Amino acid sequence: MRIGVYVCHCGGNISDIVDVKAVAQEAEKQGDVVFAKDYSHMCSGNGQQMVIDDIKEHKLDKVLISACSPLFHGETFKAAVVKAGLNPYLVEMSNIREHCAWVHYDDKNKATEKAKNLTKIGIEKVRNNKPLETIETPIGKRVLVIGGGIAGIQAALDLGDAGYEVHLVEKNATIGGRMAQLSRTFPTNDCAACILGSKMAAIPKNKNIKLSNYSEIEKIEGTIGNFNVTIRKKPTYVHADACVSCGDCVAPCPVSLKDEMQWGVTKRKAIYLPIDFAVPNKYLIDGNKCLNIKAQKKTGEPSKVCRLCEKACHQGAIDFSMKAEKEEFIVDTIIVATGHDVFDATRKPEYGYGKYENVMIAPEVERVIVHKGEGTPTIDMGERIAFIQCVGSRDEQIGREYCSRVCCMYATKLSQLIKSMANVNGENKDIYVFYTDMRTFGKGYEEYYKTTQRMGVKFVRGKPAEVIEDSVTKKLTIKVEDTLNNIIIESEFDKVVLSVGMQLSEGGNEIAEILKLPKSEDGFLQEAHPKFRPVDTSKDGIFIAGTAQGPKDIPDSVAQASATAARAMRLMNQGKITEEPLKAFIETDLCDGCELCINSCPPNAITMQNGKAVINPVMCKGCGMCIASCHADAIDLNMYTNRQMLAEVEAALKDKKEDERIVLIFANDMCGYKLADSVGTAKKAYSDAIRIIKVPSTSRITPQLMLQAFSMGADGILLADCEIKSSDFAGSIETAINYVNKVKNILTEIDEDPERVMIFQFVTVMLPKFVALMNQMSDIAYKNKPISNKNKEIIHKNISKWLFEK
Amino acid sequence: MIKRVKIKSSNRDFLKKVETLSGEDITVCDRCGVCTGSCPLTIEMEISPSNIMKMVQLGQEDVMDYNSMWVCSTCNYCTARCPRGLDVSKVAEALRQIKLRQSFDKINIDKIPKEELRELPQIALIGAFRRLTS
Repeated sequence: MRIGVYVCHCGGNISDIVDVKAVAQEAEKQGDVVFAKDYSHMCSGNGQQMVIDDIKEHKLDKVLISACSPLFHGETFKAAVVKAGLNPYLVEMSNIREHCAWVHYDDKNKATEKAKNLTKIGIEKVRNNKPLETIETPIGKRVLVIGGGIAGIQAALDLGDAGYEVHLVEKNATIGGRMAQLSRTFPTNDCAACILGSKMAAIPKNKNIKLSNYSEIEKIEGTIGNFNVTIRKKPTYVHADACVSCGDCVAPCPVSLKDEMQWGVTKRKAIYLPIDFAVPNKYLIDGNKCLNIKAQKKTGEPSKVCRLCEKACHQGAIDFSMKAEKEEFIVDTIIVATGHDVFDATRKPEYGYGKYENVMIAPEVERVIVHKGEGTPTIDMGERIAFIQCVGSRDEQIGREYCSRVCCMYATKLSQLIKSMANVNGENKDIYVFYTDMRTFGKGYEEYYKTTQRMGVKFVRGKPAEVIEDSVTKKLTIKVEDTLNNIIIESEFDKVVLSVGMQLSEGGNEIAEILKLPKSEDGFLQEAHPKFRPVDTSKDGIFIAGTAQGPKDIPDSVAQASATAARAMRLMNQGKITEEPLKAFIETDLCDGCELCINSCPPNAITMQNGKAVINPVMCKGCGMCIASCHADAIDLNMYTNRQMLAEVEAALKDKKEDERIVLIFANDMCGYKLADSVGTAKKAYSDAIRIIKVPSTSRITPQLMLQAFSMGADGILLADCEIKSSDFAGSIETAINYVNKVKNILTEIDEDPERVMIFQFVTVMLPKFVALMNQMSDIAYKNKPISNKNKEIIHKNISKWLFEK
Repeated sequence: MIKRVKIKSSNRDFLKKVETLSGEDITVCDRCGVCTGSCPLTIEMEISPSNIMKMVQLGQEDVMDYNSMWVCSTCNYCTARCPRGLDVSKVAEALRQIKLRQSFDKINIDKIPKEELRELPQIALIGAFRRLTS
């Protein structure tokens, strides 16, 4: 092996503090180091050219640049060595600027000693580097959109128009989703059916979109570029190609049911058209309610019962023997747009929904308004109407802390619509909206709210405590504190409307389970990053749009849907997926097939094949969480191998003097390491006992490695990672916390200070906190004696017993 | 005339004290008013339960000048319905404790007729005076 070492002056940034020549001389003494040079600006064209020439001339096979942060110039030197024909993963950087010169400027000797040590750590790391290749997998242009509501429709149309092959799967008989059930939409009051209808109609017209309505997802296996999807099309008992939607079948049907698309406000038959603007516009038979199908299911034989619709159909479209059909296909990416259900208002019994006939939920009022507008009035709303806001939102009593974001606006809309219809008909309406906070934040929303106020709708600030029904008149009394007036109102109303909040739909829950998508605390599907990856999920190639991700209105759902289409296209248009080779792998010879690692992997990348564990590199995220689960040392992580980590720790501790203390900080690159760099840039001094080692995630640091470090003389270990909510790796920080607690317990058992090991979750602006913690760790190290040789021995001997024999 | 109040930094001491004694995060109260609407005894109260919460948030010690905290029977209707998960009756209890620790006697023992005093359980008097129990 031939290693070349370069120590950078950084134009004085480093060399003013650190004796770079001494660092180079020390580096040259290390095994396999052919030479160590110092140079004014390694990152300059000349500096890079020097490396390129040296690789060729001296046949270097490894390069270490002792300079600034690898986050700053790592890519620069990778590119340089590639020009010399070297694999890019054979160059490493030691950070003697941000982590040394800039933070130990008050003691040049100590800074130089530490720079020597950091360089040696780097040499050990690069010594154990292996050539690696970036991972490339092919990807096609096929996409599955789950859910045919407004979000799914928008995503499908965007992708279809762009020439991608879209398979849109909807579990109901028609697409349109929740929006199809609305009357008008705020803040413009345009009719939902009108603006949605044209979008719905565009779906079957688009030659790139295949629609599977009345179909459910049964199974999805595989990963990005190769998702194997199985769907099940439920029988409609009406041949779609024969049905001409004349509707002659409906009248003879003897079954009458509450129409769920109408929230039960009107009735339908067992053979029906879901809504008049349904797409596809075909009739179907409700298999659970049709007399013939029920009889058939009972006996298992074709039945003669009823069959009146069959006689009425001139097309012969009805087929009572229709069966469910399975279909399998492959897609490259998936968009989940499964939408929401509304809160079950019977869970707030004090408001009497389901108990008092005049208590309604807002979606029912949407349909009442539609039918009244069409000239076929259903329920009379009476003269005095009260809206109760935040039913199923912002309420810890039912475990819903979040705001559903649309209820303020839809209650405002409904009261406005009721008012204006009444004005046309010369009726009087007295409408009150009882709210906790009015949140009308969108474009044009505040103006809409004001228009409603001007129309005479009264907004009263107070959350009603209860609704009481007069058993004779059926009128409802609301008891509520008007908190702005300091009075208690007890008033009678004809109708009380509950503004129910949103929750993840049942279908959304099923899809989350099938795709193993994580959910956030509010129960909705979780995005990969709340700011910068708002429509990605933690699974590559799977995106979320609409209310499945969280409560939102139509403009936001549509925007998000288009965003998912763009994000999916971004992947598919490249033709291949390129990834860093930061992947865990199994040393098959060492694997004894115990299966303990299987459950340690959040993206489920590990499976068993022929009694041995196998890691799917496409699914592996490279967090390294699985490593600790293996008692046979059979799992390892590229770029951060066990041997490498141990060699780095050993190099950090090898030259430790008797009166010296060393605290190891394992910092994840996204938060901890970045923060340490910022501390350096801000030139905030801290103890020179600190050695910062970069890792992808602190869950890579096994309890075993921590104990090995202590047995080799480390005086303290700090794991520095992101906050749980901003971590790139699901579950990794929780796991690292467990590891730290394990080590703390062991230290306590052998009478060592458990405070020697700690984990902290940082956001990258916590500079003072990071400095304070590093100093605290160093203080603890200096306060305690170094770990005694006896205890080092005990740790060394017992590692596997403590960690694996339980 | 509308009452004028100065909010001083020292007002937070009173808030802290009530928070410590009650164990409740009083500052998260939104004053939605569900507690007041639910309270069966507001008819006897000078200020509403939600008003108590808001006054304590601002550290207004004169919240204890009103009778409301003595009217509260800790029936817990407010607590069962608070959307922020607050225990309002514990806040009333904390206020009673603070007042009683200032050697304030809610009950004048001389004004209770002798016969009635004989009938009263001792614990009722101990509870009322809180000399040792709070």
